[in-house]
Amino acid sequence: MNQSSDPRSIQSLIKPKSIRPTVFWRLAEDIPRPLNTTLMVSSIAVPLLLWWLVTTFGTIDPKFLPSPAQVMEAFGRLWSTRELLKDTVASLWRVGVGFLLAATFSIPIGVLMGSFPSIRALLEPVFGLMRYMPAPAFIPLLILYLGIGEAPKITLIFIGVFFFNSLMVMDTVKFVPKDLIEATYMLGGNRWEALTQVIVPHVLPGILDACRINLAAAWQLVIVSELIAATEGLGRRISVAGRFLKTDEIFVGLIVIGIIGLSFDLLFQYLLRVSCKWASQKR
Amino acid sequence: MFLQIKQLNKHFATQTGTLVVLKDIDMTIAQGEFICAVGASGSGKSTLLRQIAGLDSPTTGEVRIDGKRVTGPGPDRGMVFQHYTLFPWMTVQANTEFGLKLQGVPKRQRREQASYYLNVVGLSQFAQALPKELSGGMKQRVAIARALASEPKVLLMDEPFGALDIHTKESMHEFMIDLWQRTGITVFMITHDVEEAVFLANRIYALGARPGTVRKEIEVKLPDRSHTIKRHAIFHDYRDELMDLLRRHGQEAALAVA
Repeated sequence: MNQSSDPRSIQSLIKPKSIRPTVFWRLAEDIPRPLNTTLMVSSIAVPLLLWWLVTTFGTIDPKFLPSPAQVMEAFGRLWSTRELLKDTVASLWRVGVGFLLAATFSIPIGVLMGSFPSIRALLEPVFGLMRYMPAPAFIPLLILYLGIGEAPKITLIFIGVFFFNSLMVMDTVKFVPKDLIEATYMLGGNRWEALTQVIVPHVLPGILDACRINLAAAWQLVIVSELIAATEGLGRRISVAGRFLKTDEIFVGLIVIGIIGLSFDLLFQYLLRVSCKWASQKR
Repeated sequence: MFLQIKQLNKHFATQTGTLVVLKDIDMTIAQGEFICAVGASGSGKSTLLRQIAGLDSPTTGEVRIDGKRVTGPGPDRGMVFQHYTLFPWMTVQANTEFGLKLQGVPKRQRREQASYYLNVVGLSQFAQALPKELSGGMKQRVAIARALASEPKVLLMDEPFGALDIHTKESMHEFMIDLWQRTGITVFMITHDVEEAVFLANRIYALGARPGTVRKEIEVKLPDRSHTIKRHAIFHDYRDELMDLLRRHGQEAALAVA
């Protein structure tokens, strides 16, 4: 009430503060749509423009940094000889097989680990350990065991994805409310039905998200795997181009890898939105 | 002797020793009764309900429903939880049918049964909605419809209206009275809200805390169950008696008086 006369008042020590309105610096709030679109477009356009400016008006050796036009030209060249297509298909195939195998095993195992403490106790320690062994460090062993064909490349991707994905799927199961499982029992369901008809649909968005993140890892590993005596593949293309100082082809490889990866990401986001409308508020 | 709780004790092992949560609970409930067990936090009322539900088993003693000993959860006891437990990916209709589906009822019959109970709770036009599109009160009504669809012998309710605002809560109370009178179902509800208990129950078990015991059993005889009854002296008498009873054990701080 009467702060000035109150000897114990701390009013004088309180610094006046207020929050000014802002558009750009909104914290965890939506920004206007036009601003959002503009920023997203500049995110790609500005680096492209800088690249073009530097290579057009600068004096940089194209062996060091080729211009966008030169990269486009290299792209056309590689495309017309069908080499680029062959490389892309080879890399996609390895990622596809390795990732699908890893997902096929890791999703059920992750769900079981998350659902049953006994299975978690059995597997979590060894998976936790394996996760910290970088997959590329297995290359010498894989060559020793599996030779230099497709098997070691696919296995490398499998190792890199399987343990991470299992543990991430396991974590999503932890977010299933216990009440939902008990409600299932009260409605006459048994453990199997609770697992298949309640836990699995509840964690589906989480599983898709885990797969989306780990597909990015698989896509990185395929490039690494092609260091193992590959004859084709985008990773192989880049290392060969490097050896012959075809910088423009390195750029083509990098850009193609980036675009394919981004497409996968968008595909998964789309799947998530379509298949799990009920969860849309959560993410 | 429809729902019987005999000499039920529940102990939990803790780091500091054995904690007695429920001590010598005896309850006898006839078919068609509306029972409220009222207690402050620490009275073990949720634990008691879990024993009846079969989600947990007593240390000693037993729960019998229609003469049959409860050994695990099952659809003969319809449960409405405190937190919303609708399955978020299922429509209201699918949620209501789910129990019947688990029990192997053919599609057509379970559709009809679910529609009937959605009508009972007044949510027929929301049959195709997802739970996230419903308000809190509507969610609990779907949960009630889902429990009733299996035609349970008793409806167990774990502070089902605790998270609702006062107006929604009051309309849910009237809804419950109406539902009880129309269906004649046996209800066993736990709550910390004394007024809620007096308004709804025909019999109240007042629980004392630490350990949870039955302090008193009160038969509630109100001339009618319309919301205006809450202004009458007779309602206040029941309420005050219960409040005093629960206060005497020093847990008034934990009591919410609506």
